[in-house]
Amino acid sequence: MKAMLAGFALIALIAVGADLTLDGVGFSAQDRNSGTAVRLN
Amino acid sequence: MPRLIFAIFLNLALMCGLSAQAQDAAPDAPDRSATGGAQTLEDIMARQRGEAVEDSFRSTATGNPEGAAGIDQQLGTLGGVSDPEIWRALRYNSADIRVSAGGEVATVLVQDGGMSWLAFRAGPLRTYGGWLLLGTIAVLAVFFLVRGRIRIDAEKTGRTVTRFEFVERMAHWTLAGSFILLGVTGLLTLFGRVAILPYLGKDVNSLLLIGSKWIHNSVSWAFMLALATVFFMWVAHNIPNRTDLVWLKQFGGIIGKKHPPAKKFNAGQKVIFWSVILFGASISISGLSLLFPFELPLFAKTFGILNDLGAPQLLGYDALPTSLAPQEEMQLAQLWHAIVAFVLMAIIIAHIYIGTLGMEGAYDAMGSGEVDEAWAHQHHSIWLEEVQEKDRTSAGKAGATPAE
Repeated sequence: MKAMLAGFALIALIAVGADLTLDGVGFSAQDRNSGTAVRLN
Repeated sequence: MPRLIFAIFLNLALMCGLSAQAQDAAPDAPDRSATGGAQTLEDIMARQRGEAVEDSFRSTATGNPEGAAGIDQQLGTLGGVSDPEIWRALRYNSADIRVSAGGEVATVLVQDGGMSWLAFRAGPLRTYGGWLLLGTIAVLAVFFLVRGRIRIDAEKTGRTVTRFEFVERMAHWTLAGSFILLGVTGLLTLFGRVAILPYLGKDVNSLLLIGSKWIHNSVSWAFMLALATVFFMWVAHNIPNRTDLVWLKQFGGIIGKKHPPAKKFNAGQKVIFWSVILFGASISISGLSLLFPFELPLFAKTFGILNDLGAPQLLGYDALPTSLAPQEEMQLAQLWHAIVAFVLMAIIIAHIYIGTLGMEGAYDAMGSGEVDEAWAHQHHSIWLEEVQEKDRTSAGKAGATPAE
């Protein structure tokens, strides 16, 4: 049971980490698919 | 299996309208003299009936800039290409488009293959994919009713043996949890419009889709990491050997009462392992292509390799297209991703069944990691003997150590 919970926690950790990392290096969908002229923020 | 995979490739290509050869096979062109070579009512009706229409008479009628009247002549300012000719060139992706941003992708202004992709995604993909999953569940339910739970024949000993270490179970649950999340969010994305929206409304469907997209894109990294970990952790135990033939001959004791000997993983588990690794890798690669749109095109190169190998000709087909628009690459990647995922989901449903409801004691292997010796003897007798022999050897060594 502990291994299962640890595995699930690892999923959450990797998912959030991947999202923040890709966002940080400019691979967010917004960065990839829009130019500065049309970005809303 | 290679024939099936190739057939899927080919059907995808044909459905996306990518094969010029398919157009060559169209029925004889009607007489278009009455329209001066333009399309006729019969052309339009044939398209509406879903028939393949040989349309080179349109795709090549894109004007001639060189034939324009000189600027100092009458009508010179009109150029050599009419509006319909420009639109046809855009429609058939032969117009010389130049863009200031967006690269090659942005030069494709009209991509009618997208309609074929949409039709396939909303039609056969949903229908056959959905039935595959429901059919798998139904077959397992019937099997359970007929066969019942596979019980431990002998009396439980109360003595346990460690089947999987903590790190192995953690990797398994990371892979399992991420796959279930990816499966559920993938199904929500595919079926949300028909299964959620009509009943719960647009707002709920939209919320689920936004959440599904984030989860699918982000959790995929956990899946890929766990897949690689599980591969390196268990590949040595999953190399097929002669024991597997005996196991398969006796149907692994699933049908009947015999329980053939097996090492750490029996032949059935090896099939699951290699299915997860191969289909999981294929899903991961096509998923990466989708995660980074237009950066990792896969299909034109793959079709080129298949053509070089002569695979299409071997099966009586024409060569596959090796020049695909970036959007077509993404459409094929999405369909391939979903088709392979459906197959793997069906396999995993069977795996979940046998690991929980279908077999007494099986869940303990991944739950606590400890299994009863009676269970281990029944299902993995060779492995149990190896473990016990190892324990005896290490106990003997410890006993032989002189006291200090």
